[in-house]
Amino acid sequence: MKPPSFQYHAPKTLAEALSLLTQHGSDAKVLAGGQSLVPMMNFRVAQPAILIDINRIKELAYIKDGNDGLRIGAMTRQRTVERDANVAKRSPLIHETMPHIAHPQIRNRGTIGGSIAHADPASELPTVMLTLNAKLLAKNAKGERWIDAQDFFVGLFTTALEPDEILAEIQIPDLPARSGYAFEEVARRHGDYAMMGAAATMTLDENGKCKDVRLVFLSVGETPLLSSSAAQALIGNKPTPELIQSAAADTDITPSSNIHASERYRKHLANVLGKRVLTKAYGRVATDR
Amino acid sequence: MTDTISISLKVNGVQYKKDVEPRLLLSDFLRHELDLTGTHVGCEHGVCGSCTILLDGEAVRSCLIFAAQADGCELTTVEGLAQNGKLHPLQEAFREAHGLQCGYCTPGFLMTLIPFLKENPNPNEAEIRDALSGNICRCTGYQNIVKAVQLGAEKMK
Ligand SMILES: Cc1cc2nc3c(=O)[nH]c(=O)nc-3n(C[C@H](O)[C@H](O)[C@H](O)COP(=O)(O)OP(=O)(O)OC[C@H]3O[C@@H](n4cnc5c(N)ncnc54)[C@H](O)[C@@H]3O)c2cc1C
Repeated sequence: MKPPSFQYHAPKTLAEALSLLTQHGSDAKVLAGGQSLVPMMNFRVAQPAILIDINRIKELAYIKDGNDGLRIGAMTRQRTVERDANVAKRSPLIHETMPHIAHPQIRNRGTIGGSIAHADPASELPTVMLTLNAKLLAKNAKGERWIDAQDFFVGLFTTALEPDEILAEIQIPDLPARSGYAFEEVARRHGDYAMMGAAATMTLDENGKCKDVRLVFLSVGETPLLSSSAAQALIGNKPTPELIQSAAADTDITPSSNIHASERYRKHLANVLGKRVLTKAYGRVATDR
Repeated sequence: MTDTISISLKVNGVQYKKDVEPRLLLSDFLRHELDLTGTHVGCEHGVCGSCTILLDGEAVRSCLIFAAQADGCELTTVEGLAQNGKLHPLQEAFREAHGLQCGYCTPGFLMTLIPFLKENPNPNEAEIRDALSGNICRCTGYQNIVKAVQLGAEKMK
């Protein structure tokens, strides 16, 4: 058999899952969609002694309207998020990004919370969470705390979650009026992990000048990377094509060579992707809100 | 040996009750415990798609699910497609359009396509290629698979 043996628990409530997690600590792993964890177990890269399967916890799978944004339960399947009309309306950036994640069969099982908790720097959702300033609700047996996306992704496959915590909910704040968004990536084959990707949101003031912009890259560093130079170049100015071009060319994003491509090519990709998403986000600014 | 877990599930309309080790993958359960060897095992990490089955109607990788997780579920494998000895129209289409050569990947393609064609009975070529992006075939070069899907969609109307 491929994976090593483990003890299996399939609690039906979050409270039960949290108490199991407290009891077993770092010997235990949470099993969500299993689309990253099970391959790792099949390779025996991951060998948890105890598996806490949270697929039967109904209270963790939902998409709800909150006062100032969407609230998505961690166990909501990626496919459900992709097809949800409310997500498409209220968080079109997430809607646009979902089809880039793997293949339909994987998204049928994989969860939004699993992808975020896994914190693969090549994954789309962590990048989009950072772009949208999402808030992540962590729960343990004693209580709960909110973590901002910018504090959540701390390193390669590493998040701010403690071993006794479960990611329970993701809150996506609404974009302000006069905002646009975009996601783009370059992959060798659709559905494969991207060589690089970028997401952006842009908000304009009443005079058409850039009030806020967030440009975030995946597959560049150990975590999703926010470009602060792009914000410096654009905020306070009208985002003309020339300004966008130079803001994207002069970013503080400095990819190094990897097995897929040279440093030079990857720098080129970062420029092209940055320009594409900024241009698209600007072009999509909704003035009617 | 770890403790076993008792599961009961329906596969192709037949109810089964079995004791399984938690680490038993659903793909291995189907093949070794139920002798349903139509579900093929390729990469065993979710990339190749040959182990695709329907779990409560949705296409999933059976190599990335433990049998214990399928307790209470309804599964369909490629053995469940033919009815009364007659091939499913999509299987016929694969045969007629030469959508297979060695056939190893075919069960996974078929099980991916069943829910796809149900949802989208008139797919265009781009949609077909997108639907197939998670299944790898090393013989056909995919051209005839795309044709088989087009033919199958016609036959299924
Ligand atoms: C062939 C293939 C291609 C793929 N391509 C892509 C791709 O292009 N882009 C992409 O982003 N992903 C891709 N994936 C990964 C997929 O999106 C996974 O679904 C995702 O990374 C993990 O989500 P999951 O629900 O399956 O989590 P699991 O695999 O169950 O868990 C992953 C990790 O997160 C932890 N975890 C899960 N949920 C929680 C929670 N609620 N609280 C605390 N910890 C938790 C687990 O303990 C584990 O360590 C691919 C996977 C495969 C098999």
